[in-house]
Amino acid sequence: MKELDIHPPLVEQLLTQFLREELASAGFTRAVLGISGGIDSALVAALCARALGAENVLGVMMPYRTSNPDSEGHARLLAKELGIQTKKVDISAMADGYLAAHEVKDRMRRGNVMARCRMIVLYDHSVDFKGLVIGTSNKTEILLGYSTQWGDSASAINPIGDLYKHQIYQLSRHLGVPSAILDKAPSADLFEGQTDEGELGFTYAEADRLLYWMVDERMSESELVARGFEVAFVRRMAARIAATQFKRVMPIIAKLSQRTINQDFRYLRDWGK
Amino acid sequence: MPLTDCRLTLAQTNPALGAVQRNLEDHVAAIQAALAAGSQLIVFPELSLTGYFLKDQTAELALDVDGPELRTLLELSKRISILVGFVERARDGRIYNSAAFLEDGKLLHVHRKVHLVTYGMFDEEREFAAGDEFRAFESKLGRFGVLICEDAWHVSSGLQHFLAGVDAMLVPSCSPGRGVGGGATELGSETTWRTLLDAHAMLFQTWVVYANRVGWEDGVFFWGGSRVIDPFGKLVARIEGFEPALAQASIDGGALRRARVATPLLRDAKPWLLARALERIAAAERAQ
Repeated sequence: MKELDIHPPLVEQLLTQFLREELASAGFTRAVLGISGGIDSALVAALCARALGAENVLGVMMPYRTSNPDSEGHARLLAKELGIQTKKVDISAMADGYLAAHEVKDRMRRGNVMARCRMIVLYDHSVDFKGLVIGTSNKTEILLGYSTQWGDSASAINPIGDLYKHQIYQLSRHLGVPSAILDKAPSADLFEGQTDEGELGFTYAEADRLLYWMVDERMSESELVARGFEVAFVRRMAARIAATQFKRVMPIIAKLSQRTINQDFRYLRDWGK
Repeated sequence: MPLTDCRLTLAQTNPALGAVQRNLEDHVAAIQAALAAGSQLIVFPELSLTGYFLKDQTAELALDVDGPELRTLLELSKRISILVGFVERARDGRIYNSAAFLEDGKLLHVHRKVHLVTYGMFDEEREFAAGDEFRAFESKLGRFGVLICEDAWHVSSGLQHFLAGVDAMLVPSCSPGRGVGGGATELGSETTWRTLLDAHAMLFQTWVVYANRVGWEDGVFFWGGSRVIDPFGKLVARIEGFEPALAQASIDGGALRRARVATPLLRDAKPWLLARALERIAAAERAQ
C-alpha cells in the first residue's frame, strides 16, 4: 500500500510537537488515556511518553469482568516498557450497577455502556492527574463510525485521528510497540472472541485502501470501480460513512438568534489561549 | 536604485492566535536579534501579528495602518527595514489580509493579498476583502514586490512583479503542512512549495524571500521551511525543522545583474504578446 506509506520519523516529529503545543495552549503538560492493550492506545501512549516524558502520562486500564485478561497483560507490558504511570479501575461494579438494575441484555447496548463508563473514569482522572484526555481513535474507525459516541470517541485532543490503520501499524513499529500488541487481531474486546474485522465484515487493509481513494483522493464510484474495487463494497462503505456522520460532529443547535454557536459564532478552540 | 549587497533575517515565528500584543513583543525581540546580527531587512510571515485561523476574530483584530501597533514597528524601522503581516482595516471599513513594508520610520508600501484562498480547509474570502493590485516599490535596498502565500500560486502575480522589474519577491506565508503518504520522506507541502519558489526564482530571475510560520492552530500545523533563493534558483538559506527560528542570509547585489546577462529573460519577455493575447480573449468574451 505505497499510497498510504508514511515516513515514520517525520510523523513522529509532527505528532509529538502537536501533543506538546496543543496541551500547552490549553494550559496543560500532562496526558491521561485509556490503555486497552490494543495497538491504537499503545501508539498514543508511546507518542505521549516521547512528547511529554513518561512521568507525565497516566495510562488507565479499565477492564470489565468479561474482558479478555490478555488485554490487561498487554497494557501492563506496554506501560512497563514506556515507563508511564498506570492505574487500574475495574468498571464492573460501575457498569453492572446500571446494566443489572435495568436488565440490559443487548450486546451493543452493553458495549456502549462500558465505553461510556470508561469515558467517565478518564475524565475524572483528568482532573485528579491534571492532564487532558488524549484520544485514541484512528481515521479508519472514525470514518466507519466504529466507535461509541461520547464513549471511546471522547477526548480533548487526538494525535492519530488522521492516520489510517495501516499507518498506525507503521508508526507503532517505528516507536517500538511490543510485538505481542502488534501481532494480535484488533478487537474492541466488548464481548468474548470479538474481532474488529469479524464484526465489520471486511479487513482493515481493504477498508484503508478504499477510504484513501474515496475520501482523500475524492474518486467517484466509477473511478473506484475502474481501480478494481467491487461496486457493492464501494456503496456499502459510502453509505456507512454518511450514516455515521452524526458521530463526527458536535450536537446541532436550532438557530433562532442573529448569532448562533458554531453557525455564525466561529472561533477556534485555541482562541484566547 | 539597483539591488544593494545586504543582509536579511528570515523570521520564522509562531504567532499566538489573536494575541496581538504578545506577538508584537515577539516581533520586537526578533527585530533586535536581526539588528544584532547586522541585518538591514527582516521578513515576517503572513498575518504575523495575529495568527491565521481567525474566523470571527478577524474583524476584532483589524488594525489601522496608522494605529499604535504599527507605530512601534515604524520606530524600529528607522534602524532596519521590516515586512510584517497583519489584518488591515481600511478607511472604508473593508478588511484585508495585508503585509506592510516599513522603512526609515515610514510606511513605504502595503500589499493586500489578492488571491484569497477559499477552498478545502481555507475560508479567507469569508473574512477578507481581496486586494486588487500587485505593485512594485522602491526600498533603499532594492526594488521589491510582495506575494502573500496563495498570490504565488497564480503565475500572473509573479509575472507582474517581473515585468515591473523587481529585484526580489518577498513571500510571507501561512502554509499548513500536509501530505504524509505515498512513501515520501518529506511533507507534500514542502515538495510543492520548493517547486513553486524555485520556479519563481528561475522563471522571473529574482531573489525569492519566503517566510512561512510554524506552530499549531486547532490541530493544523504550519511547516516553516523559510528560505532565500537566488536569481539562478540556488538555495542560499533555509530554516530546517518545524520550530520558531531566525536565519540570516546575505544578498549578493550583483547576482541579479549576472543572471540577466547569462540568460536575459526580462529583455526577451515580449510582454506585448501577452497584452495582445489578453485583448483577443477579452474581445472574444465581449462578442459572446
